Amino acid sequence: MQGNRLYEGQKLALKYFMVAIVLFGAQLLFGLVAAIQFLYPNFLFNILDFSIARILHINALVVWLLYAMIGAVYWLLPDEAGIEVVGVKLGNLAFYILTAAVAVVVLVYLFIQIGPGKESTIWFITEGREYIEAPRWADIGIVAVVLVFLYNVYATVMKGKHTGILVVLMADLIALAGLYLAGMFYTDNIAVDQYWWWWVVHLWVEATWEVYVAAVGGYILIKTLNANRKVVEMWLWIEVAMMFGSGILGLGHHYFWIGTPEYWWEIGALFSALEPVPLVGLFVHVLYDWGKERGKGNNIKNTPAFAWLTVETFGNFLGAGVWGFMHTLPQINLYTHGTQWPAAHGHLAFFGAYVAILIGAIYLAIQGKAGLKEMRMTKASWWAITLITVGVLIMSVSLTISAYVQTMVERGQYGGTWEGYFIAQANQWFVQGMGWRLFSGLAVVVGYGFLVYDLLTIDKKQPAEVREGAVAAA
Amino acid sequence: MENRPSVWSSNRFWRRSATWVTGVASVLLVFLTFDSMGQMKMGTAADIKNKVDKRIPSPLVINYKIDYKLNKTRGHEIPIIGGMDANGYSKYEEKEKFFGKDNWSEKEAKALIHKGKLTIQAKNCMDCHTLLGNGAYYAPDLTKAWLDPTWETLASAYGGKEYAIAKFLENPPAMAMHERKMPNLGITKEEAKAVVAYLKFMSAIDTNGFPRNFGKIKGAVDARK
Ligand code: HEC
Ligand code: HEM
Ligand code: HEM
Ligand SMILES: [Fe+2]
Repeated sequence: MQGNRLYEGQKLALKYFMVAIVLFGAQLLFGLVAAIQFLYPNFLFNILDFSIARILHINALVVWLLYAMIGAVYWLLPDEAGIEVVGVKLGNLAFYILTAAVAVVVLVYLFIQIGPGKESTIWFITEGREYIEAPRWADIGIVAVVLVFLYNVYATVMKGKHTGILVVLMADLIALAGLYLAGMFYTDNIAVDQYWWWWVVHLWVEATWEVYVAAVGGYILIKTLNANRKVVEMWLWIEVAMMFGSGILGLGHHYFWIGTPEYWWEIGALFSALEPVPLVGLFVHVLYDWGKERGKGNNIKNTPAFAWLTVETFGNFLGAGVWGFMHTLPQINLYTHGTQWPAAHGHLAFFGAYVAILIGAIYLAIQGKAGLKEMRMTKASWWAITLITVGVLIMSVSLTISAYVQTMVERGQYGGTWEGYFIAQANQWFVQGMGWRLFSGLAVVVGYGFLVYDLLTIDKKQPAEVREGAVAAA
Repeated sequence: MENRPSVWSSNRFWRRSATWVTGVASVLLVFLTFDSMGQMKMGTAADIKNKVDKRIPSPLVINYKIDYKLNKTRGHEIPIIGGMDANGYSKYEEKEKFFGKDNWSEKEAKALIHKGKLTIQAKNCMDCHTLLGNGAYYAPDLTKAWLDPTWETLASAYGGKEYAIAKFLENPPAMAMHERKMPNLGITKEEAKAVVAYLKFMSAIDTNGFPRNFGKIKGAVDARK
């Protein structure tokens, strides 16, 4: 980045970030609707049923994370490669096409919702498969747009510098995009359907996305702490080895009960139990670099970005590592599978591993856009990070308590029947957990308000010494 | 002693390790996937005739009585299709009428299953329910819904379990049992029949004993009462 001037690729990144933050708001809103329906089932009944609210909640989540991930790559790509993004015009066109397609899909979810039991519904309304409900036409559109993105990344790196971070990202992004194809076909065999569905869901969040985070986390460390690139890149390769080494076969922890052979019990248990190891590594690495640089008396160049990165490393370890491990052994998963357990883990893991770091990346871009050498936290930054983080943590603990009731009462006592399900749902501790989830969800929404405000104003709220630095640099 | 850089802090060493580890894990996954896909192929009419147990049975199981019983050898419950033999496995003998007949042809049964699966996706069932334990947690798991004791108690009033479930699916609020209701999803008569067939077929999938003790435990304390 030259002074205040941004690369075209970085301007494109800002567009991606903007849509991401808007969709984050939509995600929270529909989560709130779904959470209210657990307590007051008549709320929006027959208008916006739970299924529709939930689809919008989790699809908005996945789509905004992908937007922010693409945005972060467009941000760091010209900076790392040292040249403008190749094909950035095409990239802009792809951005508008993708955004228009997302808008159409959302409108169809909201207003058409469901269709008759025919192939045409799968093509044009919904595929009815959790997280990847988007109809087939949209799948094909997404693949086309992602191909443009991949082309831009590859062409730019080929022409510019090949840093370790970029090399890891190139390999990772192609795997990430390729895996989406595993979710793009129809079969009458529900076991085979779910087998491939997990290739997309698990091999995204527990393999390719984790490696993405390790790479972008390395970049943020270099930017905020001036961390030593050689050490960062060595750690990155170690992380890649550990993440792919455990995560790829860790896929087996989803193949215990869906009509799959028994050998997945052992394979899934062993490899998924190893998955937390790299997450500890990530966390230790950040703390280590932080201590080292602070020890030298160096300032953190962007305190909000660094704070979110710290939340990321700890949240990733806690949400994915600890909460994931708690239900990953088949002996336990037999009773937790299909209860609120995965929801408790899913919230903390998605937030800890992905939401936090991508917010950090957005702060980094805000700093770059304003041309500030250093950017400090404001009061609003503090409220945003505190309310959102503590809110999600309380939400996950509440869901865990509700989940325990389900495993003990619905599964343990009643063998998982229709009646057993509702006996557990009516249990006072279960209901209290749902109440706390709603309450903490509201805290997250308030935190989101602070976040939006902060992202729009933080550059103007910097203390005098920081702003003067910017003037001097310009 | 000479101070040579250690291999443990060499980027090249770790890059190679990462590539190898990823490659080996991927190859193993592909190999296991081929094996699993072989074992998970949907069964055929011949399999039923030859009494071959398939993890995913033939759609023709809709012509048979289905049960979920403990198998001593495997140490957990397994689906029992058409009666149980002395060793605790399926006999494929006892038939059961499904919408009035127990001789659905393979073609008819396949067509029903096909429409049922499409309807399940088209109505987003998995965004309220879990199927095989995956999906959403707002409503009961449907893996063994066909065998649910509540349907057994409703069966006689509707002239058979399949009629009761179909009637429910066509207009769930009319048969609501709880304050949290299932909405009317505009499921037609034909679609309802197909979905019920799918539920029956799904209850015969071998899920390695999930869910455990389905419908077996009686006499536990019901805190609602
Ligand atoms: C908006 C959420 C929602 C959607 C979508 C939904 N259900 Fe339900 N379903 C429920 C609720 C809630 C109940 C419990 C109703 C009660 O107890 O009164 C239920 C009950 C059932 C039952 C009876 C429970 C049992 O264990 O046998 C069956 C069968 C069922 N649903 C099948 C389906 C099928 C098939 C679909 C898709 C075509 C579907 N549901 C879509 C919410 C939903
Ligand atoms: C950032 C990383 C991770 C994310 C974002 C994540 C997210 C999720 C989500 C959302 C689900 C629920 C899927 C569904 O809707 O059915 C899930 C399931 C699960 N996760 Fe993770 N996860 C992560 C890492 C891990 C790790 C490291 C482990 C194990 C140590 C783990 C263990 C599990 C298990 C066992 C399930 C299956 C629950 C079930 O269906 O019974 N996860 N994960
Ligand atoms: C950063 C914040 C959030 C993230 C990352 C997130 C993520 C997720 C994920 C991954 C799921 C699917 C879980 C699964 O199937 O296992 C889910 C479901 C859900 N979320 Fe969130 N969510 C967030 C915020 C919220 C908020 C604020 C609320 C409202 C209080 C909320 C309410 C819900 C509800 C009700 C479900 C449905 C769970 C069920 O099926 O029972 N979420 N969310
Ligand atoms: Fe997983």
